[in-house]
Amino acid sequence: MKKVFTSAAAAITDINDGATLLLGGFGLCGIPENCIAALVNKRPVNLTCISNNAGVDDFGIGLMLQQKQVKKMIASYVGENAEFERQLLSGELEVELIPQGTLATRCMAAGYGMPAIFTPAGVGTEVAIGKEVRVFNNKAYLLEYAFDADFALVKAWKGDTDGNLVFRQTARNFNPLMAMAGKITIAEVEELLPAGSLNPDHIHTPGIYVHRIFQGVNYQKRIEQRTVNKPDE
Amino acid sequence: MLNKNQIAQRLAQELKDGYYVNLGIGIPTLVANYIPAGIKVVLQSENGLLGMGPFPMDGDEDADLINAGKQTITTVPGSAFFDSAMSFGMIRAGKVDLTILGAMEVSELGDIANWKIPGKMVKGMGGAMDLVASAKNIMVAMMHTNPKGESKLLPACTLPLTGVNCVKKVVTELAVLDIVNGSFKLLERAPGVSVDEIKAKTAGKLIVEGDIPEMLF
Repeated sequence: MKKVFTSAAAAITDINDGATLLLGGFGLCGIPENCIAALVNKRPVNLTCISNNAGVDDFGIGLMLQQKQVKKMIASYVGENAEFERQLLSGELEVELIPQGTLATRCMAAGYGMPAIFTPAGVGTEVAIGKEVRVFNNKAYLLEYAFDADFALVKAWKGDTDGNLVFRQTARNFNPLMAMAGKITIAEVEELLPAGSLNPDHIHTPGIYVHRIFQGVNYQKRIEQRTVNKPDE
Repeated sequence: MLNKNQIAQRLAQELKDGYYVNLGIGIPTLVANYIPAGIKVVLQSENGLLGMGPFPMDGDEDADLINAGKQTITTVPGSAFFDSAMSFGMIRAGKVDLTILGAMEVSELGDIANWKIPGKMVKGMGGAMDLVASAKNIMVAMMHTNPKGESKLLPACTLPLTGVNCVKKVVTELAVLDIVNGSFKLLERAPGVSVDEIKAKTAGKLIVEGDIPEMLF
């Protein structure tokens, strides 16, 4: 078993034009910064990106949008990004907006080997158009399919050489779900440890779901909305 | 007429001891400032936290600890983190007792529209569709009319829907109303606001029974 890669560039070397990617994170919290930087460098195009958000103009998926690498974005919320808006309005970028819980559960389904799930989110709205509706116990649900993605790019706090992952605080978000959902899952970690260093009881994502892992570098961990209390308040 | 903080203060009176509560962005967020003394309420943030605390002190902010509005926050004793599927799992399973969110329009049937204005940039529904489709008790905090002075309490929503038949209560700067049997039922008036003004600004079916008391704070 050799899962450890020396760099982001080495780990993403076979992500090519037209690939479908799952990218972890919520806003800029817990995003795979190193993988994104490597993709910006390698420049594959016509990518389909599935992620809760689309980054901001100069960070996260926004960096790939600047280079027009993204053909289609599947997300639940895409504000805070002027270039995204420009490409959407000009028709260069295809966007599919889906409810956040639906996004999470479609990842979960893929990782659990289930082809589809039923959710009430979007019943009676335009999200339901063209979808199968089933009624259980007098409540209507939409059939939503598991994602089928080539690669999942996730970011964890700690990981070990067997691919086991531990996340930190709300940087967990979509990361463990997407890690389970990728055909090939690439994990970048703030701290890469020898197998056996992590307490087996504390592992969030077992290494079976992680195909490649590398020690990330130069994390910016940007804050989108810095909100604080001042001492005199 | 209430200001936004007073709308939040009135909504906080709906909180009960032991409630797990999800607060949306805007006025609903302010409800956290008015949790009545002596009760414990656990705030859920759908990006993966139960037990959301106040903003951190200047210098203590942590990029890994944010709320669903992407603001830096803190935990409280008893907090728990989880992934996004579990977060919406607990919402879908009805474990969250109360959801308070903002709206552009609410209909007399309890339909809500709050995510999209045709012709304007669409940012997405985020978690709103999941919340309104599943939460047991959904309350809306919003202004009674839009900036053009048109009622936001309508016979039917004109904007794209977020969810149907889901809103139970609406608190505006003018009134507290329940949605029952396809009507807005007027429960309370804001101090100094007349029933006639509320009638004039409510386009949906409005039920007014007996004397309508002023809100108490």
